[in-house]
Amino acid sequence: MSAAPPGLNEVLQRTFSFPKRHFLSATDLNEVEVADLLDLADGFVALNRQTAKKLDLLKGRTLMNLFFENSTRTQSSFELAGKRLGADVVNMSPRSSSISKGETLIDTAVTLNAMQPDLLVIRHSSSGAAALLSQKVGCCVINAGDGQHEHPTQALLDALSMRRAFGRIAGLKVAICGDVAHSRVARSNVALLQMLGAQVRLVGPPTLIPPQADRWNVEVFHDLREGIAGCDVVMMLRLQLERMDGVMAPSQREYFRFYGLDREKLAFAAPHVKVMHPGPMNRGVEIDSDVADDLSVSLIQDQVEMGVAARMAVLTSLAARLENDR
Amino acid sequence: MSQRPQAFTNVRLVDPASGYDGPGALIVTEGVIADVAKAKDLGKLSQDVEVIDGGGALLCPGLVDIRVKTGEPGAETKETLKSAALAAAAGGVTSIVVQPDTTPTIDEPSVVDFILRRARDIELVNVYPAGAATKGGKGERMAEIGLMHEAGCLYVTDADRPIVDSKVLRRVLSYARGFGVLVAHRPADPWLSHGAAASEGEFASRLGLPGVPAIAEKIMLERDLALVELTGAPLLVDQLTTAAAIESFARAKDRGLPVTATTSINHLSFNEIDIGDYRTFCKLDPPLRGEDDRQAVIEAVASGLIGVVVSAHAPAPAEDKRLPYDEAAAGAVGLQTLLSGLLAFHHEGRIPLIDLIRAVTSAPADLLGLPAGRLAKGAPADLVLVDLNAPLVIDADKLISKSKNSPFDGRRLQGRVLRTVVDGRTVFAA
Repeated sequence: MSAAPPGLNEVLQRTFSFPKRHFLSATDLNEVEVADLLDLADGFVALNRQTAKKLDLLKGRTLMNLFFENSTRTQSSFELAGKRLGADVVNMSPRSSSISKGETLIDTAVTLNAMQPDLLVIRHSSSGAAALLSQKVGCCVINAGDGQHEHPTQALLDALSMRRAFGRIAGLKVAICGDVAHSRVARSNVALLQMLGAQVRLVGPPTLIPPQADRWNVEVFHDLREGIAGCDVVMMLRLQLERMDGVMAPSQREYFRFYGLDREKLAFAAPHVKVMHPGPMNRGVEIDSDVADDLSVSLIQDQVEMGVAARMAVLTSLAARLENDR
Repeated sequence: MSQRPQAFTNVRLVDPASGYDGPGALIVTEGVIADVAKAKDLGKLSQDVEVIDGGGALLCPGLVDIRVKTGEPGAETKETLKSAALAAAAGGVTSIVVQPDTTPTIDEPSVVDFILRRARDIELVNVYPAGAATKGGKGERMAEIGLMHEAGCLYVTDADRPIVDSKVLRRVLSYARGFGVLVAHRPADPWLSHGAAASEGEFASRLGLPGVPAIAEKIMLERDLALVELTGAPLLVDQLTTAAAIESFARAKDRGLPVTATTSINHLSFNEIDIGDYRTFCKLDPPLRGEDDRQAVIEAVASGLIGVVVSAHAPAPAEDKRLPYDEAAAGAVGLQTLLSGLLAFHHEGRIPLIDLIRAVTSAPADLLGLPAGRLAKGAPADLVLVDLNAPLVIDADKLISKSKNSPFDGRRLQGRVLRTVVDGRTVFAA
């Protein structure tokens, strides 16, 4: 085991008790909890930059990754987070294994529960799947993306990236742009950012903005330049290519023309603007490589790094509560 | 283009945009209207002005016809942009909006650009394209509405084909609204209409023609109006032709929905009886209706409920028309006869002249945001000088269109175009 960096120790020594059993939705959190999680995550960032990255905070615990949808980035991020905290990590891909042959989600959950995992990370294509699972198992459930509903650890890592870039989140103007309608990232971010006092705007063609999103206490724009005008953060979302061939948007070239982030459009944002993207990017469709690869404006690489730290913070906090239970 | 200024004196000015109908005169310089006087002459004019004495004729804005088909690109034997522009000029029509159902379909910006370039080369009347709402006009996938709008298309429509999939029309309405682009849609239930050659009723039954019930228009219109309510997007109803649908439309208007409607000169002027002995020139899409429906259409135009009248110009050559009725192509040419046909309602005393003119000038121009369609200082000098009372007999064979399929063939009308001016250039003179 390695030594935790001093900052991390300080945070860990605070009387810190995360009161929730599961991590399902950004809307379940409050401002104090988020601040604690971000402080903790900051400490883990420092740890992750050390040569010796391993702690034993989750020693003896089992983390199970249950990904019903393919994901490289999120799954490996959780896997690393668990391993660096000393947990045993098992990756299950029900799609390619035999456990889901004709089995319902609940049957799968009951089966896995019998293996006594402590932390269960789930990604599923149906909205509400993580919450359903959480009612049927005895361990902590972490939502790693449920349909078009939420992806709360993504929102947490985005908040961490923003707080580190700007020193604060309250008062930031954040434009979330693109396929908001199908985006769980957008929903979690709207909830979390609003709680933390940011001003959130949604930008996209009317076909990609959820109906009545204007009632989410956000401003809605259909023109990208207007939408990002004066913004501190421009968060681009991925648009699935099959939605772009005349379904939700006419074509890739039309989408890029009006909603793709390039230098010319980015100039409408604040001079110190930071650009974010949850990945994986469609270069030349929603974002120009010129912008994505410019480290003076792009936080996209940072987001990946923050992802591991933010997930370590979530796992640590939930596991601490588990201990209290037993 | 440095031209001598022109003065039209001694004319009856009818300008629906300002509501003026009375004696007047008008000066054109550099292609725009430089002055409008509500008196017979303009006082002392400088020497270099070309004076055109109207002799009391009507001078009104050139007509804006927003539903015109040509055969270009793809079917140039029916009609080219040039032959359509010549027919338009002869009919007092100074702006036309061509439909996108060509080959290839106008569903992407390069075809929009092609039409605009051809129009510039021809340099007769203003030609604007409408873009397809969906790729290939097939009603399945959205076309490049934003890029076509940037390239200069005025609205989007799948022309004669209704968009059957409600989800597709909903998305088209929402998406187009984001760009401020108007969507036009033909209200016709495709299943009830399939295979029909005429309107269902006693007359079609006697002739043994497969008919579509008038209610097919209302059924589709009600869906379209509900989608307008859902999306908040404006809709142009492409040709209202039945009393039942007009009633639905009136209710939607009353509720404040952002809807506008057109009808065609044919549905104002003819009914199913005109099909007579299987005259295929009267085979139209939508088909000619019963007399009750025609009367309802006239009423709706008179009251302003239907704001815009179109020629629905649809050239079909003899080989497509000289066929058994149900095999013949649908459609009629109308650019050259639109104005004279419309004036019949003035001569009958049915609709005031200024209201008729409005439906083919300022109303369509305002709908599409065109600067034309008005006699105002600074507006483009798109004008038509008309001898309101001159009688004429329409002879289809003498029409300028490449295709001669006019249901007005043989009809006696009053009102002859004397001169048509586009951007100050005389493009037609009788």
